[in-house]
Amino acid sequence: MRRVIVIGGGLGGLWATLRIAEAGFRVALFSLFEVKRSHSVCAQGGINASLDTKGQRDSIWQHFVDTIKGGSYLANQPPVKSMCDEAPGLIQTFERMGVTFSRTPEGIMDLRLFGGVRNKRTVFAGASTGQQLLYGVDEQVRRLEAAGEVEKREWWEFLSIVRDDQGVCRGIVAMDLKRMEVKAFPADVVVLATGGLGQIYAPKTTNSTNSTGAAASRVFQQGALFANGEFFQFHPTAMLGDDKTRLMSEAARGEGGRIWVPKDPSDQRPPNDIPERERFYFLEEWYPTYGNTAARDVASRAIWKAVRDMGMGVGGEDKVYLDLTHLDPKFVELRLGAILRIYRKFHGSDPVTEPMEIFPAAHYAMGGLWVDYEKNEESGGLSCGSTRNHATTVPGLYACGECDYGYHGANRLGANSLLSASFSGRAAGEAVVSYLKGLEPGSDSVPLSRAFEGEVQRQQAINRSLMVSRGGENAYALHRELGELMTDRVGVVRDNRQLDQAFGELKALEERAERIDLGEASGWANQTLSYARQVRDMIQLAQVVARGAQERDECRGAHYKPEFELEIPQGKFPGDPEFEVYRQAWKENNRKWLKSTIARYTPDGPEVRFETVDTTILPPEQPRDYR
Amino acid sequence: MTEQIEFRIRRQDGPETAPYWQAFRVPWRPGHNVVSALMVLRENPETASGERVQPVAWEFNCMEEVCGACSMMVNGVPRQGCAALIDDLEQPIVLEPLAKFPVVRDLMVDRAAIFGTLQRVKAWIEIDGAWSVHQGAPRISPQEWLENYHYSQCMSCGCCLAACPQYGPGNDFVGPNALAQVRLMNAHPTGRYNRTERLHAIMAEGGLSDCGNAQNCVRVCPKEIPLTTAIGELGREVTLQLARDLFGKS
Repeated sequence: MRRVIVIGGGLGGLWATLRIAEAGFRVALFSLFEVKRSHSVCAQGGINASLDTKGQRDSIWQHFVDTIKGGSYLANQPPVKSMCDEAPGLIQTFERMGVTFSRTPEGIMDLRLFGGVRNKRTVFAGASTGQQLLYGVDEQVRRLEAAGEVEKREWWEFLSIVRDDQGVCRGIVAMDLKRMEVKAFPADVVVLATGGLGQIYAPKTTNSTNSTGAAASRVFQQGALFANGEFFQFHPTAMLGDDKTRLMSEAARGEGGRIWVPKDPSDQRPPNDIPERERFYFLEEWYPTYGNTAARDVASRAIWKAVRDMGMGVGGEDKVYLDLTHLDPKFVELRLGAILRIYRKFHGSDPVTEPMEIFPAAHYAMGGLWVDYEKNEESGGLSCGSTRNHATTVPGLYACGECDYGYHGANRLGANSLLSASFSGRAAGEAVVSYLKGLEPGSDSVPLSRAFEGEVQRQQAINRSLMVSRGGENAYALHRELGELMTDRVGVVRDNRQLDQAFGELKALEERAERIDLGEASGWANQTLSYARQVRDMIQLAQVVARGAQERDECRGAHYKPEFELEIPQGKFPGDPEFEVYRQAWKENNRKWLKSTIARYTPDGPEVRFETVDTTILPPEQPRDYR
Repeated sequence: MTEQIEFRIRRQDGPETAPYWQAFRVPWRPGHNVVSALMVLRENPETASGERVQPVAWEFNCMEEVCGACSMMVNGVPRQGCAALIDDLEQPIVLEPLAKFPVVRDLMVDRAAIFGTLQRVKAWIEIDGAWSVHQGAPRISPQEWLENYHYSQCMSCGCCLAACPQYGPGNDFVGPNALAQVRLMNAHPTGRYNRTERLHAIMAEGGLSDCGNAQNCVRVCPKEIPLTTAIGELGREVTLQLARDLFGKS
């Protein structure tokens, strides 16, 4: 009997599990915790699908164009095309699963407008779309679990893959998070769906505390390639927190919220006591046309500039005001109720009467494990069910969801993350089914016990050394230092001198992480042990992000290095000579930099090369221009 | 001296060992919630009397009260630790593992029973497969959507079960959360096709009739799900189903 392992129970992992189990292969689903608690639940806004039910003649083509241009052409186009093509059918499938999508008066799925696009294309379920989508798939997986087709292994942590002499992935080694027992699990194919890595920026991230990227880092260290690590989306308006920062939706600015700081940074007065003339509305001043509704990346950079370059943060801290108090309270309550509730609940103050305190935060990793695809020459999209789709560079190892790099290029369009997680999970599942059907009969009988035993021993040795180490380094303190370092030097704004320094500091952290002192040696539910291991792997992945950022001497999407900025000439549009000069420079830059960054692990640090991007469907002729 | 947050935490090293209490102090910071304070504590776990101890184990993930991981008893009330702001709580803040569930370690409990019950009541919609059939589900009115949406936000956190006097070891009551899911699935236009199976599941032992109507569940639900409304509606459904069973109609 063929054995399949899926690691991670968010949207991507559950979709993969569903498609593989439906095809008649039994799936073992590994997760750090009960799958229903996965980070997918945090997505609030919605999921894109061109349903064209709002009289705007929206089209799948336009969804594709918006996605590609939003990502500054860096995404390979065939997978994106298939994702946009299949989005409407995917949404209908979710609806059949019972997902409670919000309704129009006539009872069909409602659509809302999202950032960066002109047409209403975002299906939503109240203010908890991710939660609702995850539960829909979770229920289907439970149905298969009840039928004996899926076996869940919750409270197990993936530690490593096991490869045979030919380098093929033949199973995994995992750790029971209660017994702390390390065990091997042979498999014919393994799917990694372990989500993002925002925790490398902790606490300035909107990601859940388990979104460490450790699993992706582990297979990277075992030879899988990692692509576009430097592309990380920073959300401009996250409420402050020592534990993590919580997303305040763009809607707050869209509905009239104003961002400001006191003109005098040493001003100690509460915000409501600071008169209008002593406030600095920097977005309105710097971007007169858009003001507070400037795009995500523009707003993040402006806040960064005001706080970090000009030292204008409120009270000298990483903090600016997002102010709704000038708006009609009834209107604010009606339009922004969900945000108000979150802020009141977690901050304790009321945004209707007191400005919110916010700062940019790491939100979404566009980069991830490199995955292959097979193009269908006729349609231009994916060749469905090809064993190459979502295959990593390790044969027998697949990746999907936020931990792959496939769908967003240099920046992600709002409401495309739930779509890519779902679509890629399903596509990976279908690829795995083809892979299993193509395996030689009896190939699972190759004796591999030596390889498994060796890997189990290696992992046990790591645990043992951590348990006895008295090196004096604290895993939690190291993680905090990592987050600060990444936020300061590999964050919203980047420059090469800072990046060089960052890389050196990461190497120093790596060394110190060898001397972690757990402070406990319990052999039962030892959370510090698991955490310490994750911190080490986060430091490895942070190096990939930093190295990519170092190498890429340009501005593209979320990666911003002002030294190399090409600015659209103000007030000039296509056809104007100045704009055409800009366009030529932009194309010239594309010839050099419109390439995926591919990182390979070496003990001295990641090695980077560049790979051509498939831009055959929509060639890069039009620069992204949100004016 | 900075202001301190005082905690009394019920510790337990493992499922079979005896619980014990320890007191801790964490420096106050604006905005702290129970989980963020525990995160500070784990970095340097020392009791109030200066004794170095093993860090407190507990579960958490999203920190936004949407994943359901960090359920615990905070001053005797089952709730999400991440949404329990320190400034709103009386001190010393007493933390205990979520009631009714077997303790794994400290504030970590084993909630597998919740998911087992969801299987027992068949809390899913039967679909032919997770592929496109080129149409969606039948229409749902906005009013009906709103009622359903209350129930679909249940995150299986277990707070209602911790508060329910009927639920617990030695009793196989399915609990309010599972009943609410039956209500939700039975309302879906195609979920209705399997209404009878789900109703039979909650008409069996440990089903609806075990509810003692204490109404604790609805008071502690962090998502304010109208659990008792669901139970009331199901009461009527079950009566009708009994009649249908009696007269041989499905």
